[in-house]
Amino acid sequence: MSDLCSLAVCGLGDDRSFTLGDYEGPLPRWCPGCGDHSVLAAMQRLLVAEQLEPERTVFVSGIGCSSRLPHYVRTYGFHGIHGRALPVATGIKLHRPDLTVFVVMGDGDCTSIGAGHWLHATRYNMDMTALLLDNNIYGLTKNQTSPTTPQGYPSNTQPRGSWLPALNPVEATLGVTNASFVAQTAEWIPAHLFATLQAAHRHRGFAFVRVLQRCPKFTAPLFEEGVRKPDVIELVVHDDGVTVPGLTEVYKHSIRHDPRDLDGARRLAEGGDRIRLGVFFRDESRPRYEDIRWLRSFTAEEKITLLEEELERHAV
Amino acid sequence: MTPTGVEALPERPARPEIRAIRAPEHVLEIVSDSGEGAQKCGQIFGNVSARMGNGVWTVEIIPAEIEPPPRSPSGASGNRVRIGSGPVTNWGDETDLVVAFNEQALLGRHRLGALAPGATVLIENLWATHSDPEIRKQWSEAMAEMEGPGYRMIEVPMEERCLTVVDNARRGKNMFVLGMLAWIYGRDPDLCRQQIEGAFRKKSEDVAAANVRLFQVGYDWAAETLDFRIEVPPARLRDPMVVLNGNQAIALGAVAAGMELAAMYPITPATSVSHMLGEMFERFGGVLHQAEDEIAAVGVAIGASYAGKVAFTITSGPGLALKTEFLGLSIMSEIPLVVVDVQRGGPSTGLPTKVEQSDLLAAIFGQPGDAPHVVIAPATIEECFHVMVTARRIAEAFRAVVVVLSDANLATGMQPFPRPSIDPAWQAESPNQSPVPEGTQPYAWDPRTGLSTRIVPGRPGGMHTLTGLAHDEASHVVYDSSTHQRGSAMRSRKIAVLQRALRPPVVNGPPEGDLLVVGWGSTKGAIEEAVERARTEGLSVSSLHLRFLSPLEPGLRDIFGRFGKVMTVEINYSDEPDDPYITEENRRRGQLAWLLRAQTLVDVDCWTRVPGEPLRPRVILEAVRGRLRKERLP
Repeated sequence: MSDLCSLAVCGLGDDRSFTLGDYEGPLPRWCPGCGDHSVLAAMQRLLVAEQLEPERTVFVSGIGCSSRLPHYVRTYGFHGIHGRALPVATGIKLHRPDLTVFVVMGDGDCTSIGAGHWLHATRYNMDMTALLLDNNIYGLTKNQTSPTTPQGYPSNTQPRGSWLPALNPVEATLGVTNASFVAQTAEWIPAHLFATLQAAHRHRGFAFVRVLQRCPKFTAPLFEEGVRKPDVIELVVHDDGVTVPGLTEVYKHSIRHDPRDLDGARRLAEGGDRIRLGVFFRDESRPRYEDIRWLRSFTAEEKITLLEEELERHAV
Repeated sequence: MTPTGVEALPERPARPEIRAIRAPEHVLEIVSDSGEGAQKCGQIFGNVSARMGNGVWTVEIIPAEIEPPPRSPSGASGNRVRIGSGPVTNWGDETDLVVAFNEQALLGRHRLGALAPGATVLIENLWATHSDPEIRKQWSEAMAEMEGPGYRMIEVPMEERCLTVVDNARRGKNMFVLGMLAWIYGRDPDLCRQQIEGAFRKKSEDVAAANVRLFQVGYDWAAETLDFRIEVPPARLRDPMVVLNGNQAIALGAVAAGMELAAMYPITPATSVSHMLGEMFERFGGVLHQAEDEIAAVGVAIGASYAGKVAFTITSGPGLALKTEFLGLSIMSEIPLVVVDVQRGGPSTGLPTKVEQSDLLAAIFGQPGDAPHVVIAPATIEECFHVMVTARRIAEAFRAVVVVLSDANLATGMQPFPRPSIDPAWQAESPNQSPVPEGTQPYAWDPRTGLSTRIVPGRPGGMHTLTGLAHDEASHVVYDSSTHQRGSAMRSRKIAVLQRALRPPVVNGPPEGDLLVVGWGSTKGAIEEAVERARTEGLSVSSLHLRFLSPLEPGLRDIFGRFGKVMTVEINYSDEPDDPYITEENRRRGQLAWLLRAQTLVDVDCWTRVPGEPLRPRVILEAVRGRLRKERLP
């Protein structure tokens, strides 16, 4: 299977350089003020910054507002079905480790209908960047409670308020065996968003990033404070995590945390009064499934020789 | 104490006169508690018989549990072997000779009606005189219950004889029995010894040697004691043969087809395909991915197929149900994919280890929305191998989902068949990674055929986002009515193009007559045998076996038109015409019958059963006779 890696660059020199225009797709159809716009902009900026070859980059998504993102990026894209972006991404990466894979999921996608895959993709720890674009609501289907909707917040399906405490995706991911990168950022702080995406992309392994994002239609009040009052934000900073120069001038609260400290990460993720943004955990030494399963490729002739041997074992 | 009906032989009798029974075919089985090795005994017997040139069909007798309580009728575990002078295509009728390690396992088989009246029974005599009075009582009661059919009961001192070689006879009886059977059926002892050594050498040379000795003890006991031998003369070996079960054949077929990724979740009876792949696939550069669930398994296969060579997933009915939404996506976005469904009894968890053909309509119509795709059913174990090459090629050429419907009968049956001569052209090519000419659309549908060439990631200039939403040639999401109409037509047209490329099926027997029996999947051997027997009785019956279920093979209406009556025979449920409340209008018919009636407008009848086991030729023959008799009555 890995013979594809060598084929992938056939005939093309390394002298190409890509500009923002090379990654721009059609005009997005999200609502004005939707956090998806910021994520798309940060993502395109990342593609330029990292000079990722468009033909060797794949965006995989599920279903929901955020899952439209692949359509607006000029790379390969796989806009699949609700909750199932991660298995598709697993298949792509397993068969084509040479491709750069980004996974874009909403909170319904990742933490509800596809929650089982989330747990296992974390454990597989394949080299890909997985974004949970978390607006705390089902937007595309018009305002239904999601697992991350805060308790008491009303929706069309739970009009007297969400019955249960909201699920904490960062805490949950940190609880999974073999998690290797867990971060949280907010789309309304573009510099932090970009820096976090970049750190996630550069991480070798499954990089899980929860992006807090506004839905102007259904959850605007939930994020209002975070957007307007820098005081409610606490930056999690470290040289091995995300540190954005100048940002601490706006966001006065910050906490130094070594991303190698898993227990500390779990304590930080559990909460506190402020919204914590930064890299909670990072460990590149964790085993990666595609490395474990890597095999050299075989020619058809080699396979036929082996197949004859196999048949010989069953010959009478 | 000798219970009634049991012929207790003196331990070392004077040499009896030996009666040679010549038979064109014979069915024998070995049943024991789980873990006593009856299956290995049957497999070696089958392999040796195949090497000697007999036709063979071996099938496992599997209890539902891993290790059910010992000496229980429902716990019978073992192997059933049908050998013949000519090719053997199915498991045959009731058993002619049975070796039982205890009377309860035998009783279980008797209660299932598995044994022929007058069958020869060779039974471990340990229990008749056991020190535990409860066991002696169970023995007498079992023997009394089995008096009716006139079995010829022969007691065998298995335990006693085995203890002369090994300390634990429970681990040795199977090879003693193999020796006994080798003498009865005139199996080549050298071939047997080779097979025994091959089977046990992995453990140690000592274990292998002990088992060869046990074989000899069994062989000698039979030679000194028994008064009959059974001769099933082998035909001359023509071609080199291999012995495989259907699941092994599927695994090897996938490798022969050049597929490099299989994703699955454990489910009976499909799992042994992945056992085989797990053992050997990596040697071919292949990855067997055990996913977290059935949905993820198909998702991984789709992701891999999208990015490279066609991948496949392996499942059974309940798993197929879970994969449904992903199959719709694969069809909508035209990602090639092969799905193997090894069917079992349903609905729900149903009969996990038992054979049934009840997934046909679910496989064809299970996906919500209009989701045209291909469904093929191999009819023999040999076809299980070749179908994977066919499926992979169709999936690629038509950008299609291809469902392969096997079943528990093919999965666990073992049969020698001509060793495939591997063709390098079967191997999948590495996907094209060259730049895409400007203006090439990801769904450049040929308006006549609906066919288009897929663009695999890695190709410069080919970037697009594939989607399960309605889309146009550029893969842009478009909801307008004309685009959806066109996309639907293109996806449907491909299936018609495939259908036009198929050859009409060949009728087994005269091309016209009173009755045509139509089957699909694993029933081919049993149906053809039944129909051939019916013809020797002077009945005007032919049969037809379909491999392509979606699309259906061409020419069916014409073929059906030359017969007075057309009837499917299937292992799925249908109402009997004379059942209470059942009328022509409300009768639920066999699944192939539904399809054929809808597609051909011929009044296709059906005869179906869900016995949890393969159909016996004799039972099909009776159904054929019954239907023809009914036709003649006014």
